[in-house]
Amino acid sequence: MPDFDFAQPTSLDEALALFAAEGEVRALVGGTDIVDQLKTGRRNADMVVDVKRIPELQRLEMADDGLHIGAARALTDIGECPAVRSDYRGLADSSVLVGSWQIQNRAGLGGNVCNAAPSGDTIPSLLTHDASAIVASTSGRREIALSDFFAGPGQTVLQKGEILVEVVLPPIPDNSASAYLRFIPRNEMDIAVAGVGSFLQLNPSDNTVQKARIALASVAPTPVRARAAEEALEGNVLSDELIETAAVAAVGSATPISDVRGSAEYRRELVKVLTRRTLGICRDRISG
Amino acid sequence: MKHISMTVNGDQHELLVDTSWTLLETLRDHLRLTGTKEGCSNGNCGACTVMINGRTANSCLVLAAEMDGNEITTIEGIATQGKLNAVQEAFIKDGALQCGFCTPGFIISTTALLQRDPNPSEVEIRTRLAGNLCRCTGYDKIVMAVEDAAAMLRG
Repeated sequence: MPDFDFAQPTSLDEALALFAAEGEVRALVGGTDIVDQLKTGRRNADMVVDVKRIPELQRLEMADDGLHIGAARALTDIGECPAVRSDYRGLADSSVLVGSWQIQNRAGLGGNVCNAAPSGDTIPSLLTHDASAIVASTSGRREIALSDFFAGPGQTVLQKGEILVEVVLPPIPDNSASAYLRFIPRNEMDIAVAGVGSFLQLNPSDNTVQKARIALASVAPTPVRARAAEEALEGNVLSDELIETAAVAAVGSATPISDVRGSAEYRRELVKVLTRRTLGICRDRISG
Repeated sequence: MKHISMTVNGDQHELLVDTSWTLLETLRDHLRLTGTKEGCSNGNCGACTVMINGRTANSCLVLAAEMDGNEITTIEGIATQGKLNAVQEAFIKDGALQCGFCTPGFIISTTALLQRDPNPSEVEIRTRLAGNLCRCTGYDKIVMAVEDAAAMLRG
């Protein structure tokens, strides 16, 4: 691996001063993407900043405005968090799919988000929960809807000197649930050929869909919302037929490529199947 | 270079490390703890699995510079006072290895699994060990050994 400077700040202010420096300054959480990228030369760094010792980036707590997850918090902790397991089940589904147990023990949510892979398994679940990203630099903080956070494969809207501090998921309404599924050709340890996260809120009196969110992984240059499918669901009575209509509509939001993992046509079919299945899981979780 | 103080298998080490050294290189090349193996070097195979503060990690993806103040357990720290632990005993008894290269990683992951769940199902065993690859493909005996180790530990 090429040489770089290394820092291990214990406060956010100290970290932001480091990120403001000239040159390529890279954040390190679990290292499960960046260390491999540095080894193979796919990314470079003049300085690597280990952000795991900044208390704000390790936050994992429910507050009045929702669930706050610090960018450095490990996926294992997120998957085991009682609030995640009860209210944000799509994110719990996602957390145990990223790499192996060893990876989940080290990798932080912020790393999965900022690595900005189109296939990032946690991202659709965050999108379906209307997550926002709190980012900071020496010139201040701003909040970005996560749906506006991704700019392309491996690219985010973070400016030079800005880092992701935390992700905030608003409190969930009653009669709602989320789910995430991905397809890989084996059981574990692979990159999604396609992934779909869904969120449903139902009106208990007449079973109409009050709110729907569907987000897709691995079928576009960034993770994307399937807005046409959401619109097809909202205001209508949930039924198998409506789920099928939404599943077909979701395919229209996918702009997949053909590669070694699957053809574009195959990915479009997967979007339909996984949308149908995740909506069904949401329905079961709401009733169950 | 960075000065770190880390505990490895109960022994404290003061080290001056190059910032680009991985934990794996530091363990093998500088502390001469060669039980931890280098396989793929990119976090897929699990041959380099160690515990950091009780949690498993791929040491090939960890920088030594990150480890200041941390406690590491490698395969050399699993047996106590010359006595193998139940997982090691079960792997020997069941012949849960062929070439043996993946075995240190499997022993570490299994030890961590059984600390967390003393009676894991076969599905849980296979899921939790998915990050450890055996290219001799002897998984059935490995799963059997994990089940036997769990039974031994439960007594």
